[in-house]
Amino acid sequence: MSNATPLLDVSGLTKHFPIKGGFPIPRTVGAVRAVDGLDFQVGEGESLGLVGESGCGKSTTGRLITRLLEPTGGKVAYRGQDITHAGRKQLAPIRSEIQMIFQDPYASLNPRQTVGKIISGPMEINGINPAGGREKRVRELLEIVGLNPEHYNRFPHEFSGGQRQRIGVARALSLEPKLIVADEPVSALDVSIQAQVVNLLQKVQQDLGIAFVFIAHDLAVVRHFSQRVAVMYLGKIMEIADRDDLYGNPRHPYTRALLSAVPEATVDDTPRERIRLVGDVPSPINPPSGCRFRTRCWKATEKCATEVPPLVQVEGNRPGHLTACHYPETPETVPGPRLAKNPEAAA
Amino acid sequence: MTSTDQQPFLSVKDLRVHFSTEDGIVKAVDGLSFDLAKGRTLGIVGESGSGKSVTNLTILGLHDRRSTAIEGEIVLDGKDLLTASERELERLRGNKMSMIFQDALASLSPYHTVGRQIGETYRKHTGASKKEARDRAVEMLRRVGIPQPDVRVDDYPHQFSGGMRQRAMIAMALVCDPELLIADEPTTALDVTVQAQIMDLLKDLQQEFGTAIIFITHDLGVIADIADDVLVMYGGRCVERGTKEEVLRDPQHPYTLGLMSSMPSLDGPVDVPLSPIPGSPPSLLNPPSGCRFHPRCAFAEQVPGGRCATERPLLEVVDGRGSACHLTPAQRRELFADYAGTRHN
Repeated sequence: MSNATPLLDVSGLTKHFPIKGGFPIPRTVGAVRAVDGLDFQVGEGESLGLVGESGCGKSTTGRLITRLLEPTGGKVAYRGQDITHAGRKQLAPIRSEIQMIFQDPYASLNPRQTVGKIISGPMEINGINPAGGREKRVRELLEIVGLNPEHYNRFPHEFSGGQRQRIGVARALSLEPKLIVADEPVSALDVSIQAQVVNLLQKVQQDLGIAFVFIAHDLAVVRHFSQRVAVMYLGKIMEIADRDDLYGNPRHPYTRALLSAVPEATVDDTPRERIRLVGDVPSPINPPSGCRFRTRCWKATEKCATEVPPLVQVEGNRPGHLTACHYPETPETVPGPRLAKNPEAAA
Repeated sequence: MTSTDQQPFLSVKDLRVHFSTEDGIVKAVDGLSFDLAKGRTLGIVGESGSGKSVTNLTILGLHDRRSTAIEGEIVLDGKDLLTASERELERLRGNKMSMIFQDALASLSPYHTVGRQIGETYRKHTGASKKEARDRAVEMLRRVGIPQPDVRVDDYPHQFSGGMRQRAMIAMALVCDPELLIADEPTTALDVTVQAQIMDLLKDLQQEFGTAIIFITHDLGVIADIADDVLVMYGGRCVERGTKEEVLRDPQHPYTLGLMSSMPSLDGPVDVPLSPIPGSPPSLLNPPSGCRFHPRCAFAEQVPGGRCATERPLLEVVDGRGSACHLTPAQRRELFADYAGTRHN
């Protein structure tokens, strides 16, 4: 990343959902700490992957960036402009530059509208009249996402899951956004279709120079799509690094455990490193003190329970590789079977 | 298996399952055969609508008898399940054969404690007392790795996390030490770290009891981890089968190859696009003629005379290994090598 203002700058981002309880007058009795202090940047045209298990706050983060949710604390800046608590009017021009692609291609398209109407919706709302008219633009978009422009007047139910997701992509592209937040865009699709949509998103990213925040739980898909990857756990970033560093030299025990748990479709003669975490992710209502991963971590000590480990460049990391751990894993000197590929020399 | 005189534990022969719907007849399963021995795990891979779940519901006799037409043969340990009466099936289900479903929350009753639901199956099949059933439930919960099982046995499903519910369902399925366990996407809804725990658990339990397992999934990675043998389904038919090593190392059907190349891996190249299978899975209401994969197949034109579109390729199985494709073995070696070359540097 350059030292110019990043496209998106998130600092200390927090979202606590209140829990109401009590009778007869309900009051706030606690909070789900869905997102609890996130710092990251996304550069122009860059793709940042957010990975983590369910309940880690990755989707909430996406909704906070797009301001579909109001942050509890922290700051979201878009092109240097603070939009954390911006009002409707102030947000309007920015909303057209930040678009979202949703997970469920069945729930995110209005079944009573034609494809043409769905895709031109954002232009209508923003009063944009492209040269040649909206319909021409929609047909262009359909072509870009690999659908037949003749399908302009069809309804969503006439399309398969993969095609619907393409419609969602076309809609997101209709306002020529600078940043797209894609929340699990392929996880609802069949395996043979996932690759089609991943390729489409990659083509869109490269051809149009759009920055992406790519939210997914599938580590292999994220690795394929994102230049930088952040691993989240219970509302916090555990580790963030360039793709090669994160997958080739994971320093946080959680990252390592997560990677080792991914089943791969190969039959290796050399068994891979296997780390089996015990138990489940704790509740975000009452997260563990100190390091949130400590209850499942095999390295945890007294210090982990009392001190929150800062997200810093620990010794042995290359610049830009930040790890939040008191006892980071030793840097990969003898690469394991899958932790090998890291050809570039240290910057 | 054909030459051995010993009857396989589970044998499915030329199974056909057709549903009549308002729009016409859905050929969900169209001529499927496989055998399964005790202590082995058969992985069935396929996308949505490939017929993998229907096959297994049919084995358990859980299909809707009014709208379903079934042909073929399903023999479990010498007993033909298709001609068995509902009462006979009831005695087998949960006892000799049982099933783990994908959605654990939807498969557990929210009104009864986990312990009671586990114990119910046990009482029904063994006639045990309430006390015995409860003890058995505690033992099962302990075995599937639930902490403090004697306390958690009185919890309701909503008090369990996703992984624990899946464990509870496994405990319920295994409470009578079944000889056949059908697991339908049991880990799809789980996070990877929990998925790994559940798969380890199933492997351990299989070692302990010699259970035969049918593991249904769409994830080839899961197959690589847990299965002994693999059956790849497409459009209601088996397109390829063999041992895990045979199928994953040396796929013989273009669909299997396509599935493998379309998946990103944790150490493959990242700057080249993935190689997806074009198009989408077929509708079983009106499936393609000939080979059901031919409209999406990269190699259909290599077969002379357009046979892929007209003639159904037969699945010839030798020693448990076979694929249903018109390509000659020599053609496959040549074409598949080029194709796979794009994947592994």
